[in-house]
Formats: sequence, C-alpha cells, structure tokens
Amino acid sequence: MTAPEAGDQVHTATVTLTVNGESRALEVDTRTSLLDLLREHLGLTGSKKGCDHGQCGACTVLIGGRRANACLALAVAHDGAEVTTVEGLADGDALHPLQDAFIRYDAFQCGYCTPGQLCSAAGMLTEGGPSAVTADLTGDPALTPGEIRERMSGNLCRCGAYVNIVRAVTAVSTAGTEP
Amino acid sequence: MTTRHPPGSPGSAAVEFLRPRSLSQALAAKAELQDALPIAGGTDVMVEINFGKRRPAALLDLTGVRELRGWQRDGALLRVGSGVTYTRLEAELAGLLPGLAMAARTVGSPQIRNRGTIGGNLGAASPAGDCHPVLLAAGAAVEAGSVRGARLIPADAFFLGPKRSALADDELITAVLVPPAPGPQQFAKVGTRNAMVIAVCSFALELRPGAGVGTGIGSAGPTPLRARDAEDFLAAELAGSGLWESREPLPGAVARRFGELAAAAARPVDDVRGSAAYRRHALSVLARRALGWAWDSYRKEGHLCG
Repeated sequence: MTAPEAGDQVHTATVTLTVNGESRALEVDTRTSLLDLLREHLGLTGSKKGCDHGQCGACTVLIGGRRANACLALAVAHDGAEVTTVEGLADGDALHPLQDAFIRYDAFQCGYCTPGQLCSAAGMLTEGGPSAVTADLTGDPALTPGEIRERMSGNLCRCGAYVNIVRAVTAVSTAGTEP
Repeated sequence: MTTRHPPGSPGSAAVEFLRPRSLSQALAAKAELQDALPIAGGTDVMVEINFGKRRPAALLDLTGVRELRGWQRDGALLRVGSGVTYTRLEAELAGLLPGLAMAARTVGSPQIRNRGTIGGNLGAASPAGDCHPVLLAAGAAVEAGSVRGARLIPADAFFLGPKRSALADDELITAVLVPPAPGPQQFAKVGTRNAMVIAVCSFALELRPGAGVGTGIGSAGPTPLRARDAEDFLAAELAGSGLWESREPLPGAVARRFGELAAAAARPVDDVRGSAAYRRHALSVLARRALGWAWDSYRKEGHLCG
C-alpha cells in the first residue's frame, strides 16, 4: 500500500465483504487494493504480494468464484463481494483436493507462489471453453498439459515447479474431484 | 454513491471514490468531476495507483452500472457494453465476432481477462491495446455518453495519440457498436511469450465477401492504425480476379504484397519491446499469415455451403 504523504487528506470508505464465508466490514483508504485489505487489515497473509501489478499471480484469489489478481482489485469497489483466499480452500482439517495433489506431486519448492497457484487452479477447473492454444475453437477441449499450461499462464513460479504443478492439476481434473 | 467528500484542499492527494448505480448517475458524476478517472476491471488503473504513478482526484467505479455490462443486437449491429469482460467476449461472442474473441484470448492472463473490460481497453487508448486492431478491421464505432447525449466515434477516429483518445472530459465510453463478422476474421500478435505480454506488434483482418477487406495494426505506431493501402490492394485483387466467386487459392504474390503494404502502413518506433525494423518485418509476416488463415476459412465455408 502506498503510504499517505505528509499533508495528505485521506479519504476512507466502508466496505463489507464475505471473506472465506465470513462477513467482514472495514473502513479503508479508498486507494487500498483488495490484496492489502486481506493482508494488512484481515491478517490473511496467504495471498502474496509478488509484483503488485498483475504480472506474477501470487495474489490470485477467487472473487464470486472467478479467479482474479487481488492486487488489481480496488477494495472499495468490492462492497458485497464474496472472496475466497487460499486460507478458505480447505474444509477444516480436510485439505482441498488441489492442496493434497500439490503435496503428493511435489508441486512447489519455496512455496511462495503456491497460494496463487492453488486459487488459480481452483478457478480454472470451473472454467471451460477454448483457449489461445486450442486448435478447434468450436468445442470444449480436454485439459491436456498444453491447455493447463495456457490456462495457468497467469501464475509464475520462479523455482520452476511447473512440471509438477501440471501433474498435480491433471490428477485433480481427471479424478473428477474438483470442487 | 457512497462516499462524497468535499473536494480536497489544494495539493491534496486524497482520492475521492464515486460509485454510481446507474448510467445516468455515472454520467452526472463525470460531468461534475471531469477529472475523475473511470475504473472498471481495474487491471490498468490499479497498476498506476499501486506504484504511485497516478493520483487521480477521484475514481469513478463503473462496476455497479448495470447498463454497461451487457451486449445485444442493435438493428444490423451488435452493441457491446463497455463493461463486458474479455472472458465474456471469448465465451459469448466467439461466433458473432471471432476476431474480437481471438484477441481477447491473448490478453494478459485468465485472471486479467476475468476482470478487464473492452471499455477499459479503449479508455486506456494504448497503441498496444489488443481489442483495437480488431475494432478497426471490423469498422466498429465507439459510443461516448455524457449528460449532453450520446455520440458515435468511428474506431479509426477514436485514437489520437499514445494513450489519447477523442473522448471529451465529460464523456464515458458506454458501448462499442460493431457489425457481426460478415466473413472470416483473424487476429495475430507477437510477444515474448504467449501470456502476460504487451504486444510487440499485432494485426487484425476482416474479409467482407464480395465487398472488401478491413485491417488493423497494433503496437506499431503512436495509435492503432488501419493499413488502408493494403485494404485497397487486396479488395481490388479479390474483386478483379473473381476470387470471391471462384474461391481459388490466393496467389502467393498477392499475399506477399498485402504483407508488404501492411508493414508499410505502420509507423513503429524502437523501444524496450522491439525495434522498428523488427516490428515492420513481423507485421509483414503476421499480415500475410492472417490473410492465409482467413482465406482458407473462406474457401472451406464455400465448400461446406456446397
């Protein structure tokens, strides 16, 4: 979050959101991103601030069930929104199938990008239709490794765990255990 | 509008936040606060805010304006609301506007496409905006609304310079009016990888069987451009040689010349993404390939129609 400069007149607004099933009302600076709201105001530090301009995907959350970069979402524009972060994927102690698959397939090294990868994959498994790499644009293509790579292309992993991320996502998509 | 505050004192960097609930409220707000920056998906605006590059006096959040979020037929045209996201262009308009859907599929990442809108792409007026070449090729018009009324700005008169458009200070982009594709459309783009890139250059093409050709060049000039000489050349060749009727293979010399003329229409500069010479060369290749793909589809359609 950009710190207010001396002499700044800070405008605030109240925003009410449902985060991981819980209703939260906060008063925030109107410039606050959803990412800063989650991390700084709610203490949900799972979503990571990698680049703060939508390039890395480490802040990916689900807004209304669809994946989005929390750093590019203006918090006060999301009054009434339903947000799911990585903290909300598991059902109590039962891991989300993607979390379980990421562990089983060793789909990370340092883990920094993992919350974003998980939320992105969870969103991706609910999205259909052709992508930029689909040859036949009239159908709903199978989730081949190539399709998964294209559909996960908004999430960078500097450790280069892509090979096993693709395996983990493939395992969940073929098991039909997607949420 | 939830948070009206009095305008800040001189030198204040506070951001007033306006959240209109209807188009009339949005237009009234824009008329009253003309330097308010419209924000929809936020995928452009938030980058500038997060990095302190821009401190708009006010943000005008358009996500609550229902009128901007739909698309429908409007006589012979399609009226695509400015708040329609790239994801919806891909999912809902691939049949009617295939070129626009193709361009939408190459924007940013799925996360960006779920949020970013066609109106935001136009409003930013970047020479590299992915929708722009397609809208130029399709002969689209941008609908600008204000409390004074609505007007249509042809796409090829909308872009005035880098990040400058013909939009007046009190106007908002309300919709894009575009004819459903009369024939094959194509979009091709060069970048350093497939995802998350700003185009090094891009090219869009529309074939209008029996009637002509539309083109659009992206990221190779101060604004998106039409390649008018290439359009005229190809339209004359297709009509003069009876190719629209015969659907014969396109002579290689015609495709090459079309590529050369498309490249000649560009006004590229050297920058971090590529040199002017590379952009010109890449454009000639993109234009030739796009034409090949579009002509192949046209020939196949003819085969299917018997």
